[in-house]
Amino acid sequence: MNAYYFSILQGSLMTVAVALASLLLAVFFGLLGAAARLSPNQAAVAAGTVYTTVIRGIPDLVLMLLVFYGGTMGLNYLVTAMGSKGSVDINPFVAGVLTLGFIYGAYMTETFRGAILAIPHGQSEAALAFGMGRTQTFLRIIAPQMVRYTNNWLVLIKSTALVSLIGLQEMTYIAKQASAATRSPFEFFLFTAALFLLFTSASLWVLRRLNARYSLGTRRVAL
Amino acid sequence: MKWDVIFQPQNLALYGQGILTTLHLLFASLAIGAVLALAFALALTSRWRVLRAVVGAYTYVVRGTPLLIQVYLIYYGLGQLEWIQARWDELWPWTYFKEPFFCALLAFSLNTAAYTAEMLAGAIRETSAGEIEAAQAYGMGPVAILWRIVLPSAMRRTLPAYSNEVVMMLQSTSLASAVPSMLDLTSAASRVYSKYYLPFEAFLFAAGIYLLATFALVGIFRLAERHFLAYLEPQKT
Repeated sequence: MNAYYFSILQGSLMTVAVALASLLLAVFFGLLGAAARLSPNQAAVAAGTVYTTVIRGIPDLVLMLLVFYGGTMGLNYLVTAMGSKGSVDINPFVAGVLTLGFIYGAYMTETFRGAILAIPHGQSEAALAFGMGRTQTFLRIIAPQMVRYTNNWLVLIKSTALVSLIGLQEMTYIAKQASAATRSPFEFFLFTAALFLLFTSASLWVLRRLNARYSLGTRRVAL
Repeated sequence: MKWDVIFQPQNLALYGQGILTTLHLLFASLAIGAVLALAFALALTSRWRVLRAVVGAYTYVVRGTPLLIQVYLIYYGLGQLEWIQARWDELWPWTYFKEPFFCALLAFSLNTAAYTAEMLAGAIRETSAGEIEAAQAYGMGPVAILWRIVLPSAMRRTLPAYSNEVVMMLQSTSLASAVPSMLDLTSAASRVYSKYYLPFEAFLFAAGIYLLATFALVGIFRLAERHFLAYLEPQKT
């Protein structure tokens, strides 16, 4: 019995790994998407808009199944076309991270776009006047202020539970296996839920600290 | 791509059944969730600290854990408890806990109730003091103020956030496919996939339907906002 709790704890490391890897990818896609949506190029704006609209209109699970099963089949097709007789399996970790990163990239696109639009234009003009380049302006003026607007992480960490449905052995998956083996699902799922709550609570605390740190110097008006 | 397989009558029927289950789950959980959310929001903004703390803890826990775990807890977990097992064979309402549809519906309703309650409570707290003072000056009691002043405006102001919640809920219903023997739109796609080994066609078709449903919901809410929030629009001169 205790061994199962221990495996769930071990699985929580996998949950954190999936979440962090997806976050990195999502930030990358988000920055790319925001750059596209804010660019003067009409085609880029259209592409960015299609990306966020379509991704946010389809359930995470359906996209994940599409990437996992579709990707496996596509890869096998490629491998066969190249003349190999073997078959490849997509790693559920890779499929999960790719899908979650791509999905939350769409949410990040909207968040980043809103954040960038909320920063007064005068600031980047001032940075230019100081002789900073575009990259330097972004890294030193824009990016630190975007931290104030990040709240997608909490949704993302909860979404990692879905990766259990394509067979990745993170804590939800192990809890389900433990339940099937011992016929006491209630305890195991409760334990997993408690671990998730621990993660989200810790994240909330960190996010609040970050938010306070990066909001220094902003004026707050109270009625 | 073999799209003709998807359009065979028996497969279209499978998708059709899936759509019906998904919509049934969506609207039923939204309806139950809305009633619960109203009660929870009133508790969250009530004068009694204990009530606020209890309901606040509930929404915190529900919003801090994945919906999939909540579905598993209700579907697999409750069936393990002896006092439910002792009753679920004949004693109403415990017999419901044997039905996958009910378990999924319960999980979804409790989940959306927590999110919606927090939104509504936020809107209630933001009611401007002047409105309530004016109502008191007119001699309205607390209940009349709640029903005629606070709730109508708070519900209207919740509408934009609630439309997001409804869209999220539509997508969340896909988790019903994690419950065996449920046939929602996502499980229909999974079944078509495993029967013909056509992942792209099966899941893209479902994705397209979800996308259309999302657009329809967003459109309906935009109309509703134009109607109910007309008084917040800038005045045309």
